Amino acid sequence: MTDTTHPEPVYVVDSLIAEDIDAYLDTHQHKTMLRFITCGSVDDGKSTLIGRLLYDSKMIFEDQLAALEADSKRVGTQGQGIDFALLVDGLAAEREQGITIDVAYRFFNTEKRKFIVADTPGHEQYTRNMVTGASTADLAVILIDARKGVLTQTRRHSFLAHLIGIRNIVLAVNKMDLVDYSQTRFDEIVADYRAFASSIGIEDFVALPISGYMGDNITTLSDNTPWYQAPAYFGRSLVDHLETVEVDTTRDSAKPFRMPVQWVNRPNLDFRGFAGLIASGSVKPGDAIRVLPSGKTSTVERIVTLDGDLDQAVAGQSVTLTFADEIDCSRGDVIALAGNPPQVADQFEASVVWMADHALIPGRAYWLKIGTQMVSATVQAPKYTINVNTMEHCAAKTLELNAIGVAEITTDRPITFEPYAENRALGGFILIDKIGNGTVAAGMLHFSLRRAQNVHWQALDVTREARAEIKNQRPGVLWFTGLSGSGKSTIANLVEKKLHALGKHTFLLDGDNVRHGLNKDLGFTEADRIENIRRVGEVSRLMTDAGLIVLTAFISPFRAERDLARSLTPEGEFFEVFIDTPLDVAEARDVKGLYKKARSGALKNFTGIDSPYEAPENPEIRIDTTKISPQDAAEMIVAKLLGDYWMPEI
Amino acid sequence: MSQGLARSTLTHLERLEAESIHIIREVVAEAENPVMLYSVGKDSAVMLHLARKAFYPAPPPFPLLHVDTTWKFRAMYDLRDKMAELSGMDLLVYHNPEAQERGINPFDHGALHTDMWKTEGLKQALDKYGFDAAFGGARRDEEKSRAKERIFSFRTASHGWDPKNQRPELWNLYNAKKAKGESIRVFPISNWTELDVWQYIHLNDIPIVPLYFAEERPTVERDGMLLMVDDDRFPLQPGETPVMRSIRFRTLGCYPLTGAVESSAKTLPEVIQETLLTTTSERQGRAIDKDAGGAGMEVKKQQGYF
Repeated sequence: MTDTTHPEPVYVVDSLIAEDIDAYLDTHQHKTMLRFITCGSVDDGKSTLIGRLLYDSKMIFEDQLAALEADSKRVGTQGQGIDFALLVDGLAAEREQGITIDVAYRFFNTEKRKFIVADTPGHEQYTRNMVTGASTADLAVILIDARKGVLTQTRRHSFLAHLIGIRNIVLAVNKMDLVDYSQTRFDEIVADYRAFASSIGIEDFVALPISGYMGDNITTLSDNTPWYQAPAYFGRSLVDHLETVEVDTTRDSAKPFRMPVQWVNRPNLDFRGFAGLIASGSVKPGDAIRVLPSGKTSTVERIVTLDGDLDQAVAGQSVTLTFADEIDCSRGDVIALAGNPPQVADQFEASVVWMADHALIPGRAYWLKIGTQMVSATVQAPKYTINVNTMEHCAAKTLELNAIGVAEITTDRPITFEPYAENRALGGFILIDKIGNGTVAAGMLHFSLRRAQNVHWQALDVTREARAEIKNQRPGVLWFTGLSGSGKSTIANLVEKKLHALGKHTFLLDGDNVRHGLNKDLGFTEADRIENIRRVGEVSRLMTDAGLIVLTAFISPFRAERDLARSLTPEGEFFEVFIDTPLDVAEARDVKGLYKKARSGALKNFTGIDSPYEAPENPEIRIDTTKISPQDAAEMIVAKLLGDYWMPEI
Repeated sequence: MSQGLARSTLTHLERLEAESIHIIREVVAEAENPVMLYSVGKDSAVMLHLARKAFYPAPPPFPLLHVDTTWKFRAMYDLRDKMAELSGMDLLVYHNPEAQERGINPFDHGALHTDMWKTEGLKQALDKYGFDAAFGGARRDEEKSRAKERIFSFRTASHGWDPKNQRPELWNLYNAKKAKGESIRVFPISNWTELDVWQYIHLNDIPIVPLYFAEERPTVERDGMLLMVDDDRFPLQPGETPVMRSIRFRTLGCYPLTGAVESSAKTLPEVIQETLLTTTSERQGRAIDKDAGGAGMEVKKQQGYF
């Protein structure tokens, strides 16, 4: 290289590789692994730092280096020198824009460790990417441009790293070469940062003066910052710190044993194993365990692997366990230390990071995945959201893309969990949209809202089966859905009369007896309509628990709410009855004159006119009212139920 | 195995192994009809071994799929059949019928060969069997655009990949939900490096194709690449005579497209030593990345290449 201001690159090739490959392999085999993230903006020199780490650990090959040199001359920002950032920026689109737009993972080794770096962008709109990258990290490097000091984005990155539970924070004051390696400037920045960090609860961090471009204090201590080696400072190079800091799996091994069950392995009648990744603690044959949420206990018999049975396994290992007793245990259950099991609950307070373009709809059902448990869950309107730039708490009715809020969450059945601060694997969750299937949010459970700890569902002496039995029937929900004027109420009324005549105990819920009482506080906004249906679903569930056959007649236009109602009812007891009447037919009938009002604009949010109706995809029963009279429809519904569902009892 | 030692800090290989096994089990638990794409290379060998570990003592509960081009090295076909038998898994071999009919080959058809046999062949095979999740052995350290690929990579019903519309992946919580017709490609060894793969093969004694080890083989030098004359379909150009050289391969694909390196590494430690001391990156030996400039692999992925 002709540019004399640019430091000559140094390849760190372990001499053992050439001299004694077996010895080298033995060393490499026993290396531990550290995952970390780098946070900073394009201007902080983040890509340059990562490029430097790869370069210094010889993770760049000659052909890549040749391409890098050529690219550096063509589009680089470092004059004739090597632009390390080009080595790191990946996708074609972002190369043209010159920014990093996603999470990228990079790998390098030193003599002591293997490293996986999550490279996350510093742009405001990409909170979700940083949270994603940070979720698997043991450590965060927060980069600051020495010329600019602590900026809004520095606070944002630090807050997010802390939110996601990263304990090891490294403040890397970069571009020290551009402030003449000034000790005063470094001290100023660190003091500023310390004041902020303690205000958000970061108890500890280490601070280093570096230059990613020049290589100062990256792998070795730099002669340019002799003052940094005084006792008041951390006094170690970045790589030295990365090589020795404690990793999270080591810490997790000291906690009580927990393993979410991924898969029940049953190749034949003689073997029944429970496979999973150990989330915390350790396990040995003979250990007393408890399966949650059932609370059943047994002892570990074997730890089975392809390489032979183990006499112990620890947090971070994927294993298969067998028990001494035949007890129920399936995917979603958590196997735990018998004397110290995690909690079971169905209502929580949580931090939620919203990651989708569509905002949260409070009360709507989403899939919630935590460990290997997948349940239906609703999120209430947030108690507050947190402004990541100012740390202020703000009032909000929903969560938009990249918003972070604290909210209450209710699951449709109890889940096994631990507070996120104690156990990431049993406290971190994602929310999945039930229709689009996208991952819309990530969350961290704080605590349960009820004292359900270690208490399993109290078995009631009078069960729902007993209540149904005395009525000589099987309970169920007939959920009528369709446009306004489709004939839901008419047909539901006829069905109820017929069932009553057969001696069945029924109850019809419709707009008349619900809207005027239980739900009279609700209007017709999307959120209110969702809440309306949620309450109807809950009431229906209680009534089926009481042994009744419930008929509901509501437009219930949204698939997600009908699915929620279905999920509240035991499997097989929910019948979606789609009263299929085309819009023009229903509008022509217009019994209550509502369509006319909606068309004139006097009535807002009217289904079919300015609010969508999501038709059922697989209703149990579909009635085409253009082909069949209400009487015949009611006959058909009762006949189908008698044939498919109630026959055994009659 | 070192796994059995009573200690709390796992090595990087133990952590990588555990992560990969976890991923494979999640897919099997949540997908309806998974399959493992098996290319017979060293990355496939590691992936298959991990699958066997994940479900031991049962065999992995999904088939192996080899999207074949009919132009692989003979030694690869031998190992493929042997490993299918050893693992107790079904082996599905798919040939794109159109490519077969038109006699598409790497000598006469250039990029079309890869496109029809591999890219199109893969899509056809996934559609034919209705697989909704396919394991692949790609690693993030292989190539720049792969560094950003998710572990669960979501594909549309037409197998398209949209780098701007991927699901965020947090902790080890993977979202396998999808609509009918859509599918996911899953990369369980995303976080492994080339060195990790070699070392794992070494420590676990995993069978690999002998072509990875140096031996005297018939070769010709063409366009700066050293090609092996693996069978008599290799059209020699005027003046070309196969020369015996001590060579080995760093990656394996179709033999007319895969460049060899001159080497004397006959054991795994020697191979690893050579890998570490070498100064050209792994995919250099393959012609495929050189198409379409620097963004070659990214464009191929958007079209549905694995």
